[in-house]
Amino acid sequence: MSKLAIQLPGLSMKNPIMPASGCFGFGREFADLYNLNQLGAIAIKATTEEMRFGNPTPRVAETPGGMLNAIGLQNPGLENVINKELPFLSEYDVPILANIAGTKTEDYVRVAEQVSKAPNVTAIELNISCPNVKEGGISFGTDPNIAAALTKAVKEASEVPVYVKLSPNVSDITEIAVAVEQAGADGLSMINTLLGMRIDLKSEKPVIANRTGGLSGPAIKPVAIRMIYEVSQRVSIPIIGMGGIHSAEDVLEYFLAGASAVAVGTANFVNPYVCPEIIEELHEIMSEKRIDHISDLIGRSWKSCYSPSLSR
Amino acid sequence: MTIVHNRQIANQIFEMTFTGELVSKMTEPGQFLHIRVGDQVIPLLRRPISICDVDLEEKRCTILYRAEGEGTKLLSNKRVGDSLDVLGPLGNGFPLHSVVEGETAILIGGGIGIPPLYYLSKQLVQRNVRVKHILGFATRKDAFYVNKFEQLGETAVTTIDGSLGYQGFVTDYVNHENPAFDVLFTCGPTQMMKAIEEQMNPNRGYYSFEERMGCGIGACFACVCPVKNDSTGHEYRKVCSDGPVFPQGVIQL
Repeated sequence: MSKLAIQLPGLSMKNPIMPASGCFGFGREFADLYNLNQLGAIAIKATTEEMRFGNPTPRVAETPGGMLNAIGLQNPGLENVINKELPFLSEYDVPILANIAGTKTEDYVRVAEQVSKAPNVTAIELNISCPNVKEGGISFGTDPNIAAALTKAVKEASEVPVYVKLSPNVSDITEIAVAVEQAGADGLSMINTLLGMRIDLKSEKPVIANRTGGLSGPAIKPVAIRMIYEVSQRVSIPIIGMGGIHSAEDVLEYFLAGASAVAVGTANFVNPYVCPEIIEELHEIMSEKRIDHISDLIGRSWKSCYSPSLSR
Repeated sequence: MTIVHNRQIANQIFEMTFTGELVSKMTEPGQFLHIRVGDQVIPLLRRPISICDVDLEEKRCTILYRAEGEGTKLLSNKRVGDSLDVLGPLGNGFPLHSVVEGETAILIGGGIGIPPLYYLSKQLVQRNVRVKHILGFATRKDAFYVNKFEQLGETAVTTIDGSLGYQGFVTDYVNHENPAFDVLFTCGPTQMMKAIEEQMNPNRGYYSFEERMGCGIGACFACVCPVKNDSTGHEYRKVCSDGPVFPQGVIQL
């Protein structure tokens, strides 16, 4: 078996790299640039039952080492995703993680039910953490009871494993993680963006039309690493780690923190070839560091804390 | 891409020329390049900058940019011989086939919206299209490429303070002179383009839009704009991949 292959619920990946939801559209633009078969998986853009236009522009703003976005879950709607986008992606031998969103529990359930029947959707990513929509989104992800109830409902409706994408905009992320695990989640995705804001000095108004946006990019990596480090010690389901990954070294750091796969987000905007480049780089760095299999690294940062040599 | 020169030509306006194999693809006026201005993560995002001129034989491309923000200021510090990470050419440019030999095209630009009109004008002239230019600047100090446009065809310049050419906005000039034309091409602030459309009511018009971008290739949905007369509120176009140039009547101005 390849040093990079990873088996997760619903996701049989040649390598642990997938583009993150919302940063790759439905893959068409990147398919013009490189062969998508190189990817471990693809997390498609959040899909809602009805088509959504999203928020007014400007929708993005730059920050030191990061970017704020408030796209607002713009997507062509469930029917178009099932009939147009997923068939396009079925040309590739890559498992699809379908990110789903809604405003009410019933919306999520209906989308999960239908999208999970698509032949190439092998897992669902439950988006309970989008900070940029007024209804739904983050409101589901900040209360452990509500998050658990939604997870349970979606699990019952879905024909494929369900990953819950957690929000960092909470006081204790482990509480939510444990709650959704107990509700039947097969895995976690973490973290979504951090709620942030920028003010324009000339207009003295927020830069983003939505006023606030979700912060992503290298600036948030330490927050994600800390949260994965904490959560992975409290749950037994796998974690897809994300937040500012730009290099193979970042990937190794996520694995050491406790992630079992990673998603690359904002880096796709900076360098559209970043995913295949990281995969190639990973092969090299693992040989250099004499790592037999990438899964050997999962959670090693905290597992070693309890090793006999260190506990003496 | 390797930088051949990078110099200031007007108030905050820089002209950069670079060379590389990518230039052979830059045949369509109105397209843009997505440029990474540094090697580090600050600033993080690329900068979309329109193509101003191309020499296909020499494999040289020229861009003009306003060094105003952090990224473009960094770009202005680049030196001859430095290499530049360039993605492109991206987007859909001005349709040359929309105007035929013997017709008159009017090209109206405002400020940093003017550069893509230069490559357009050169190509129109090559096709024996008569060109008229109206270039709007804030002041004389902000003006650039006036002589270059004059070499291609009739050129009017407007400045808000009257320090060069006609005093006022490009729309004031249009209102006063009422120039005749067959096809309109315009690039500049949306408010300017809106005023132009209302005043000139062209039969054929093409507008180049600007919007804050993320990826530049159509994946992130950051640079969308609503289509005209859409009652559903769902219809949109992406400035980066559906545009930046749109025919008249497509986008809500």
